[in-house]
Amino acid sequence: MTEAAYTLPGATGEWEIVVGMEIHAQVASEAKLFSAAATAYGAPPNTQVSLVDAAMPGMLPVINRACVEQAVRTGLGLKAKINRVSRFDRKNYFYPDLPQGYQISQFQHPIVGEGELECERDDGSRFTVGIERLHLEQDAGKSIHDLDPKYTYVDLNRSGVALMEIVSKPHIRSPGDGAAYVKTMRAILRYLGTCGGDMEKGQMRADVNISVCRPGAYEKFRESGDFKHLGTRCEVKNVNSLRFIAQAIEYEARRQIGIIEDGGVIDQETRLFDADKGVTRAMRSKEEAHDYRYFPDPDLIPLELEDGLVERIRASLPELPAEKRARFAAELGLSDYDASVLASDRDRAAFFEAAAKGRDAKLVANWVNNELFGRLNKEGLEITESPVSAAQIGELTGLISDGVITGKIAKEVFEIIWGSGESPAKVVEERGLKQVTDTGAIEKVIDELIAANPDQAVQVKEKPKAMGWFVGQVMQATKGKANPQAVNEILRKKLGV
Amino acid sequence: MSDILSLSLEDAAAKLKAREVSAVELAEAALAAAQAANPALNAFSAFDAERTLAMAKASDERLGKGQGGALEGVPLAIKDLFAVEGVETAASSNILKGFKPPYESTVTRKLWDEGAVFLAKTSMDEFAMGSSNETANTGPVTNPWRSRDSNAPLTPGGSSGGSAAAVAANLAFGATGTDTGGSIRQPAAFTGTVGAKGTYGRCSRWGVVAFASSLDHPGPIARTVKDAAILLGAMSGHDAKDSTSLPEKVPDFAAAVGRSVRGLRIGVPKEYRIDGMPAGIEKVWAQGVDWLKQAGCEIVDISLPHTKYALPAYYIIAPAEASSNLARYDGMRYGLRVDGEDLLSTYENTRAAGFGAEVRRRILIGTYVLSAGYYDAYYLRALKVRRRILQDFEAAFEKVDAVLTPSAPSAAFETGAKSDDPIAMYLNDVFTVTANLAGLPAISVPAGLDGRGLPLGLQVITRALDEETMFAAGAALEAASGFDARAEKWW
Repeated sequence: MTEAAYTLPGATGEWEIVVGMEIHAQVASEAKLFSAAATAYGAPPNTQVSLVDAAMPGMLPVINRACVEQAVRTGLGLKAKINRVSRFDRKNYFYPDLPQGYQISQFQHPIVGEGELECERDDGSRFTVGIERLHLEQDAGKSIHDLDPKYTYVDLNRSGVALMEIVSKPHIRSPGDGAAYVKTMRAILRYLGTCGGDMEKGQMRADVNISVCRPGAYEKFRESGDFKHLGTRCEVKNVNSLRFIAQAIEYEARRQIGIIEDGGVIDQETRLFDADKGVTRAMRSKEEAHDYRYFPDPDLIPLELEDGLVERIRASLPELPAEKRARFAAELGLSDYDASVLASDRDRAAFFEAAAKGRDAKLVANWVNNELFGRLNKEGLEITESPVSAAQIGELTGLISDGVITGKIAKEVFEIIWGSGESPAKVVEERGLKQVTDTGAIEKVIDELIAANPDQAVQVKEKPKAMGWFVGQVMQATKGKANPQAVNEILRKKLGV
Repeated sequence: MSDILSLSLEDAAAKLKAREVSAVELAEAALAAAQAANPALNAFSAFDAERTLAMAKASDERLGKGQGGALEGVPLAIKDLFAVEGVETAASSNILKGFKPPYESTVTRKLWDEGAVFLAKTSMDEFAMGSSNETANTGPVTNPWRSRDSNAPLTPGGSSGGSAAAVAANLAFGATGTDTGGSIRQPAAFTGTVGAKGTYGRCSRWGVVAFASSLDHPGPIARTVKDAAILLGAMSGHDAKDSTSLPEKVPDFAAAVGRSVRGLRIGVPKEYRIDGMPAGIEKVWAQGVDWLKQAGCEIVDISLPHTKYALPAYYIIAPAEASSNLARYDGMRYGLRVDGEDLLSTYENTRAAGFGAEVRRRILIGTYVLSAGYYDAYYLRALKVRRRILQDFEAAFEKVDAVLTPSAPSAAFETGAKSDDPIAMYLNDVFTVTANLAGLPAISVPAGLDGRGLPLGLQVITRALDEETMFAAGAALEAASGFDARAEKWW
């Protein structure tokens, strides 16, 4: 790594940040990890609970193959080692939203081993984060504390839903990179179709491990693999937005620096992020940490992947963002920026590719990135909710490329078809928006304009930039339908520029 | 009518099929006998006479049309560990008192599918943890057998003591049991009945209240080896709802009964000759060896060197799994709840009131051996011992086809005799736990009476998936012993 590390200034010198993350990603699946109950979001409380999820006496877990395949798929997307044999363990603790009294997880033998993720920052630069492991585990139910002053209510709909816990190596070095890592991970998971990635719906959340060290220490850690070079870490639990992740890292790093510089030591502890105040708060210390009494779940046999499964899944992997970005740039001639924006999200990329089919890809990219995304942002809509379809955008840009309408008119047509579902060509036809390429008609307008504005015409000879005024007037007179190239050409000739 | 209740299951089924007796008559007789005996024996924890008679009536209809399964119309008793839909299934524990599952265990479902009639739930040691059937929330079960020299109540063994007592007293033609460390075989030995368990995974555990998942084996208790074979056959089979269920075809176990044992190599392990073993046990074991020799078996002295570590390993692994399996009884969703000031005290109150002393002891042991810092020394080491024990058997089965041992280190003991001494109680399992740790088929067959007139059992252990040899050897012992003693009716 040659780029300069992110540093925070302290009273005693500069500090660097070291972050590792555990991302909990809900597996996109119809049924739960060990039961056939549904996983749909937003169902009425306790309506998606099987006998197994409620831990009735004598109930037994049976692994959902679809979830296993999703984990393998994710592992392959992270270029990770897939473990042919993995095992499930029980993590024991009592809580009302944990009916079994234990969570079935993979402690010692995860299904996916080491891999890596190439992450992208907003400015387009990239960094790589090592993946330590990915394992499957059950989610707990939901405790609702604010429905009643005295009692806590429990919704078991989430109980038993499959999660992938993706553990990174401590390779994240700044608050922004923390957010970028999660954002990239989300994009990959959505591409793979293994997780919806909606953090608001709890489909993804992160436990963030943060420590600080002096410049140079991290490099020693990377060379030796020895954690003694790093500072004591604190884990901030359940952070559920990109912004909060960056905030939590920065706050926590500054807090630790403050303590160390005041002569204190960092206690390894678990902390919570208070999003309202933007601070982290102690939850429990290492001494108070639960003894989870992990042991192999005797209700389950080791999970063995049959021959050919990994290869079959590998063969079905979609093109991932990095490859897509490269292809957009190389084959379609998009700028790095456009390629990156479009490739970063599966749905955006799909929209773009559908719109660009057989069209001028650069023009389509421009339209999608600027007009469409701008408008969607303004209205708070996702690309999947776009009131204008990919086919409509394709048709509209086609009209521009074919010289049927001008870019200016296209914006007008865009407004008309927004939500109406009309065909752009039909709109242009019906409203007479075709651009005027008839040079005679344009010449006539220009002649009239020069005659009416002799002073301006003289000025243009001295200051060619002033020609823009005439262009505008012509456009106005033709209601934007005049072919801008023709207008420019004729004006130059007539004004002697 | 009470005569018909003393028939073997096989004969009763034949009489039903021949319409010599109706299923309703049989059910009424069994119900009447069971209910009359219960104040004295306390073997049953729940009846549902309406269901019993309705099932019997349905059996009669099928039998009338010449239809019906292998167990059509035969009343069976069900250990309280098996979920029977709509019938209290409490594992003999206060924490599940009144719990009526909205589901049917796979094993009982299979029995009903073969036409069996539900007779009653049988009492057991709470959560199947015990060897005397004294810890049930419904009170101790009394063995139908009495010593010649005393009328003191004896335990029927445990944990399937209610099932064993019911079968021994001719109150049911057979019963389900579960065997985690000997809980079918030891009570069978104590009551002069036959108790068997198949290979681990033969019988589904789905719907069976879990004690120690990797050791729990459902199985039958019956009055003859043939009956046990018929029942185990009906109870066995792959179940997709149990991940540890064996995806193997189930052979015709009953057909193995009566098969020649000539040429069978029988191993006699020297490690099962333990200090202080009563002479009667020693004698019946020697007798068993002789019987098999006379039947044409080859007797081979073998060594199972890790046997002495089996009991300690068992009493680490079983409690470890139990401590986790029983965590679900937290008062939150079903069963007992004793509210407290806050969540923690509600948990504490509920579990203190719901679990008896032995269950609490095992939860504590299990929690301890899985704790950070102790896991390696106890649990992990116990798993290693378990592997060695399996390897001992694998090595032995290179040389022999079956292993013959006593079933239990003593005959039935008096109620209360060992209640205050858990270690003495745990020693009851010394001959039986090995087959659980190794997941092997094992059967206890009554072989004779001791000096006080109490039954003693012999155990046959065979290779995984070789229940047929187990039943063949068991039947050979049964035939040679001619054991037909029954408890004299005093209840």
